[in-house]
Parts: sequence; structure tokens; C-alpha cells
Amino acid sequence: MNTPKELKYAKTHEWVRFTSETECEVGLSDFAQDALGDLVFVNLPEVDAEAVKDETICDVESVKAVSDVYAPVNGTVSEVNEELLDSPELINNDPYGAWLFRLKDVSGAEDLLDAEAYEKVCAEEEH
Amino acid sequence: MKTLFERSVAGRHCSILPECDVPVRTPEHTRTQPLHLPELSETDISRHYTELAKQTFGVNDGFYPLGSCTMKYNPKVNEQAASLEGFAEVHPLQDHVQGCLEVLATAEKYLCEITGMNAMTFQPAAGAHGELTGLMLIKRYHEKHGNTARTKIIVPDSAHGTNPASSAMCGFTVVNIPSAEDGCVDLDRLREACGEDTAGLMLTNPNTLGIFDKHIREITDIVHEAGGLCYYDGANLNAVMGIARPGDMGFDCIHLNLHKSFSTPHGGGGPGSGPVGCKSFLEAYLPGEKVVFENGEYRWQERGEESIGAVRGFHGNFLVVVKALTYLLTLGREGVPAVAENAVLNANYLKHLLEGTYDVTNKGVCMHEFVLTLEGMKKETGVSAMDIAKALQDYGMHPPTMYFPLNVHEALMVEPTETESKETLDAAAAAFLEIYEKAKADPEAMHHTPLHSPITRPDEVKAARHPVLRYRFDD
Repeated sequence: MNTPKELKYAKTHEWVRFTSETECEVGLSDFAQDALGDLVFVNLPEVDAEAVKDETICDVESVKAVSDVYAPVNGTVSEVNEELLDSPELINNDPYGAWLFRLKDVSGAEDLLDAEAYEKVCAEEEH
Repeated sequence: MKTLFERSVAGRHCSILPECDVPVRTPEHTRTQPLHLPELSETDISRHYTELAKQTFGVNDGFYPLGSCTMKYNPKVNEQAASLEGFAEVHPLQDHVQGCLEVLATAEKYLCEITGMNAMTFQPAAGAHGELTGLMLIKRYHEKHGNTARTKIIVPDSAHGTNPASSAMCGFTVVNIPSAEDGCVDLDRLREACGEDTAGLMLTNPNTLGIFDKHIREITDIVHEAGGLCYYDGANLNAVMGIARPGDMGFDCIHLNLHKSFSTPHGGGGPGSGPVGCKSFLEAYLPGEKVVFENGEYRWQERGEESIGAVRGFHGNFLVVVKALTYLLTLGREGVPAVAENAVLNANYLKHLLEGTYDVTNKGVCMHEFVLTLEGMKKETGVSAMDIAKALQDYGMHPPTMYFPLNVHEALMVEPTETESKETLDAAAAAFLEIYEKAKADPEAMHHTPLHSPITRPDEVKAARHPVLRYRFDD
């Protein structure tokens, strides 16, 4: 399992990449894409939608099931990765390149996990 | 096999209409392009559909342990009753047809007795439609009581996927709560989730893990104390009908799946029927009309202004209710609990045969279904729940429900139902065990199963990512 050190993570398996102090990209972790299996559909949020930490913001569908994606922080959606709409497999192929959406005015990032802590969460779920 | 369009030969047809004996007039807006219709003889058409029929698999073909779907045998006597002229040839606009109204009134009475409810509507066409209808009752109740802040429906993670979907469809916000270690509702998490914004709880009991929640009265009490209502998803009623009643467990409204518990055809053989029952205090909100018996006859009565209005035309899938009532009358008061007992017995028997080999999530006694997890197998050999499910097809069985419930990894959910014999269960267990051995011995071969079904392994990922939804003509 690949867990880049420079990213932050939520327990609900989203990764967060800060591009400035108040802006970030959000995607699904390698662990998440592996557990979900082949993704076949991505339902992205709308631009300007409000992200509320720990609440559902969009969903993804794999061959197994539809799963919610939770907002790892508070913020406002500034951009969505429309490339994923036609090519959801990008999430499987390159989970840390395939960001789902970008957020601005980010807050509530204090509880995010670093790579090491997130790997522990994954190991517990694996047991 | 070929599609009808691929079988088509230009100029071929079957003359089923007599020659037109009235003057032909051409309307102004006539289509100029020919219709793309397949051209076939009656022989072609008949063979095409017979070939399709041969490729289906239903309860009449073999064992069908699709968890939480209750694929029980559909007795032929039900069909016989539903095809009686007096039922089959009536039109819903015919006034007060006594026999038909009596069927609805009697079915309502019996199903209310089985569920502990006071009133029922037969309008909803199937389970999820029933869920939406039940939630609309809850919504209307809160509106009438000025509880405008009650916007949240609590749904445990072991719920059927339709529960959160129906809640969202009805305009509620879904609050998901995780199950406790024992697979039951986590009471502390439920208490935390309950509050002044709680509209209600949706619960399936026994749940999808085949566990009857031992805290059921406490659960409904917690929700009621918070001011919410309790909705019972009747999908798993087969495990408890005639023995325990949702009404006595503290539920305020429910839906039933006549096409599951009450032996009417299911899936492609439907249609379904999802009657919604409720306690007296919600009755005024029910949709459609109600059947009343006055001065020696049955008649329809409007429900009044508080009703949520019609959720479907006329009186729902009436003939399905005829079939379900036939089933109830065939079983009688002793037969209904015997169904539940045998459904639970069959599930436990099959579970017992498998649990020495497979990893079963329910350690103790299960209700009508149980869940296997192939997580260990997948880690060890790479063989997934999907592979096992596919392999079962080569044994003349329909696979169990896969990848559900969501809180179990690599899940296979098995529900044998009461209509299967010991011989069938023994044969199914033998198939499961043989597949297990094969998976350990030659994991690679498992990825290519089934070998003997009409199609083997479709590319499910490609099918989901790039579905071909219509036939494309050359021109």
C-alpha cells in the first residue's frame, strides 16, 4: 500500500494535499481504491458547494457498491476533476494523481492524520 | 445469441392482421423514414423468446439463496386464484366490486394481525416504493405537529441500501450509525445520533447479518423519547412472521414485500407489491382510498384531506394481493409461524454445514440468513467472493447476494428459505465445500468460472464503465 508522506489523511480514507494555507486537493487513498475495487462511476460535487467536515460530499461507484466520499475538512468547492467523469479508472491507476475536487477557504484541518497514523487506521481495518 | 435485429431479414414478416377494410387516410405529419423494426416470421420470434427463456434462472430452475431477497417457491395455487375471471377481468373503475374489495379488506386484516399494525395501504408497487410511502407518512406526521426541525432519518450501516436512498428521496438527511461488535445497533451511537432534529429511524429486524436485535424495544424507546418515529423495513419478515410483530417491537409504520415473504413472484417475474402498514395515529395520512364494510357491503372511502395523496394509480398491484392472500389462506394461523420456523431452521442447518470450512460472521444461531466472509480466502489465495459466487453457477445454483452487507468485506449473504428440502441444502453445502477445496488447490482456475453457463465471465468493469444501452444500426 502506498501512503505518501507529504499528504494528510482522513479516517474515512480521503487524502488531502495542501496547495496553499487555505486551499487543498482531495482524493481517495490507495487503500480506499483497493478496497473499493474497479471504479466505474464518479459523482462529483458542484463548484461552490459547501464542504462540511465529516459529512458526505459526493460518491463513487465501484463494481461492488456505491460509497460515500466524506469532506475531510471544511471549505468551498472551487474546482472538480471532470476528467474522472469519463475515466473513473484513473483513481485506480493513480490514486494520488486523481484528485476529485479542490477546496478553498479551508478550515478544520487539525484532526487530519499524517501518513503514519493513517497507515495504523488501515491496518486496524484490515485485521 | 443473436438479437431480434440480427435475426431480421428484409421483407420477412408474419401476417397477423387481416387486410384493412376501411379507407386509408394519410395524416398530415407522417413519418417519412421507415421504422427500424426487425422483420421476422412467427417461427423466428417464437424461437428467439424460447431461447431467451432457456437462459433465465428462477426458483423453478433450482436453489436460489439470494440473501435478503427471500426467493421462496411461488405456489401454483396462487396463480390459479389470481387468474379467476372475477379478479382478472375487472377494471379498477368498476364500482365497488364486492369480491375484490373483500380480498383487500381481508388481506389488510390478516397482514395487520401479522405485523401488529392497525391499517394498511396496498398502493405501493414494491419495497422501495413502500419505504418512500412510509417515510412520507412520517414526514406528514411531523409537519402536522409543527416539528419542522425534524429533518434527519437514522439508518444503521447494516440497513438495506434502499433505506438511505428512500430517506434522501423523501427530502430527509441521512444519519448513518455503525453497528456494535455483535452486529446489533450500537445503543450509545443511537443515543448520540438522536435529538431534536430526528424525524425517525429506519431499521430492518432481523438485520442483514441475520441477527434479531436483542435491544429492539430499547432502540424504539430511545427514538420515541427523542420525538422520532420508527420505521420497520419488512424485507426480512420471513424470519419472524407469525412469531414476533413489528408493532409490538415499537414500530410505528412498516412495509412488507409480498413478493418476498408472501410467495408472490419476484424479480423479472413480478410485479411486486409493497403494502405499507401503520399504527392508528398515522392512518389518516395513508395514500389512496380505504375499503370499509357498512350495511352488509364493502365500498371505497376517501381518506380525507390529511392523506399524503395517491402514490400510484388505483389500488396497487391488485392481483399480487390476491396471490398473497391465497398464500395466507393456504397456510392458516398455524402455517404462518411454521414458515418462519422452517426458514430459520434451514438457514441454521446450511450454516452449520458450512461453518467448519467457511468463515461465518454469525457465531451463534442465525435467523433466516447468514453471511460468509471470503476476506481470509482472498488474502491467502486471491479468490474473491465474486469468484465463489460465479463458481456456484456451475452447480446449478443461483449465487447468493454478493458484497452485501457493506460492513462485511468479501461478503456472501445466504438465505435458503423454508421451501428448500434437506436434500437441496445438502447438495448446496457439498457444492460450497467442493468449491472451497478447488479454490485452495487451484486459485487461478476460479477466476474463469463458470464454465457451463450461457455466458461465462462478462467484463463487469467494462460493462459498467461503457455500457451499450441500445442496438446500433449500420445506417
